[in-house]
Amino acid sequence: MSNIPEDLRYTDSHEWVKDLGNGEYKMGLSFYAQDQMGEIVMVEFPGLEEFSAGDTLGSLEAVKTAEDFYAPFNGKVVRVNAALEDEPALINEDPYEKGWLVVIATDDSSGFSKLKSPTEFSEFIGE
Amino acid sequence: MDKKTPLYDRHVNLGAKLEPFAGYIMPIKYTTVKEEHNTVRNGVGVFDLSHMGEFRVKGKDALRFLDYLLTNDSDVEPGKAYYSTMCYPDGGIVDDLIVYRISDKEFLMVVNGSNIEKDWAWVNNHTTGYDITLTNESDDIGLVAIQGPDAQKVAEKLTDVNLEDIGYYCHTSSTFANKEALIARTGYTGEDGFEIYIKSDDAADVWDAVMKAGEEYEIKPVGLGARDTLRLEVGYVLYGNDIDHTTTPIEARLGWVVKLKTDKEFIGREVMARQKKEKPDRYIVGLEVTGKGFPRRGAELFRGDRKVGIVTSGSLAPALGHGVCLAFVEKGFHKSGTELDAEVRGKRIPVKTVKLPFYKDGSRK
Repeated sequence: MSNIPEDLRYTDSHEWVKDLGNGEYKMGLSFYAQDQMGEIVMVEFPGLEEFSAGDTLGSLEAVKTAEDFYAPFNGKVVRVNAALEDEPALINEDPYEKGWLVVIATDDSSGFSKLKSPTEFSEFIGE
Repeated sequence: MDKKTPLYDRHVNLGAKLEPFAGYIMPIKYTTVKEEHNTVRNGVGVFDLSHMGEFRVKGKDALRFLDYLLTNDSDVEPGKAYYSTMCYPDGGIVDDLIVYRISDKEFLMVVNGSNIEKDWAWVNNHTTGYDITLTNESDDIGLVAIQGPDAQKVAEKLTDVNLEDIGYYCHTSSTFANKEALIARTGYTGEDGFEIYIKSDDAADVWDAVMKAGEEYEIKPVGLGARDTLRLEVGYVLYGNDIDHTTTPIEARLGWVVKLKTDKEFIGREVMARQKKEKPDRYIVGLEVTGKGFPRRGAELFRGDRKVGIVTSGSLAPALGHGVCLAFVEKGFHKSGTELDAEVRGKRIPVKTVKLPFYKDGSRK
């Protein structure tokens, strides 16, 4: 059974997004996705640049597999979680807190409101 | 139905992630691959390798038989071991293995777990004309490996043998943790260490004794995940990944285990002699990733638009912090320092051929 916090929204590509309230949104990998990927050993981050919804932001390399992660909506990456450079497995250990990936800033909150609710995400992953 | 090693219950109790491998349920990891990898590089780890296959060759013609069957020279002194390939007449590799010479007329072959049936059939197909007896002891022998710079300190607590007297690729038969054992200074990690062959029925007691003796050195169990990253970091090939029946030892840069300098006849000799002289069309090389990411097995290698090779093993090298691969590349692109691109999920990442091993600070003696 996955851990799907109620205060987050979720993407089709299994990222979570948290509204920080000041036009900034923190995102990371869902518990379900990190569990599917297994031990993550390397993270490749984007530059602090503008991205469009669906653009590849970076990639996650696990022992057995690799996945890209994507911009959930248009916006600018303003911070990346540098702690993951040394300890990428934080994504596995604590996907919703210490294992966050990037913070994206945008003026347009409509993208965020279109993301999946916890209930919708739970159905989406079949739980 | 996958078999259990005699240490299965230990792995379950330790909370290992278990997966089928080579017909056995094997521990992939107990904590994380990275932590287990670092344990072996910096301290000491213990492995259950009871899935490996053991064939005993005994008799007056044992040496002559193995010299014909294997590419390496089997005429080492009793108490020594050697690494070899075993090949088909076309030079393709049946398996790679370690052979321990027990006495003048007795050898123990240790083969890959995934190849036991195939190897056993192959070995038995070539016994005509040799006065030998062959026994497949794979189910009767357990194997516990103690690897890492602190391995000797742990192992010496469990045996009366002076381990200083056992050099690299040497072995002795004695007792270990009060059980009959073949104690060998061999391994697949690039670190110093021992492989302890015992009866399957004794494996659990030996494992427990090793864990206890290793407590003061913070010994940890290590799974097959870290075994793979450890061997790759020092550039050791893995059968089924880097080498198989379609590759020859010469292409795999294992020419050092092919006894072409002797006049002994052995299976595959003709092809290997020709290949050595004419140079093969492709070679195994080590590739280092300079940037982020790493190509995995199956990733294609390019120089411009031209496909020049394929990755056979690829991983992050935990001790180095960047990606490393073994790969087959066309002749001409195999020299150290050659820059190529690997295609990874539709993108190209730059890689460079380098001399092996990738990791050079191992404690291996």
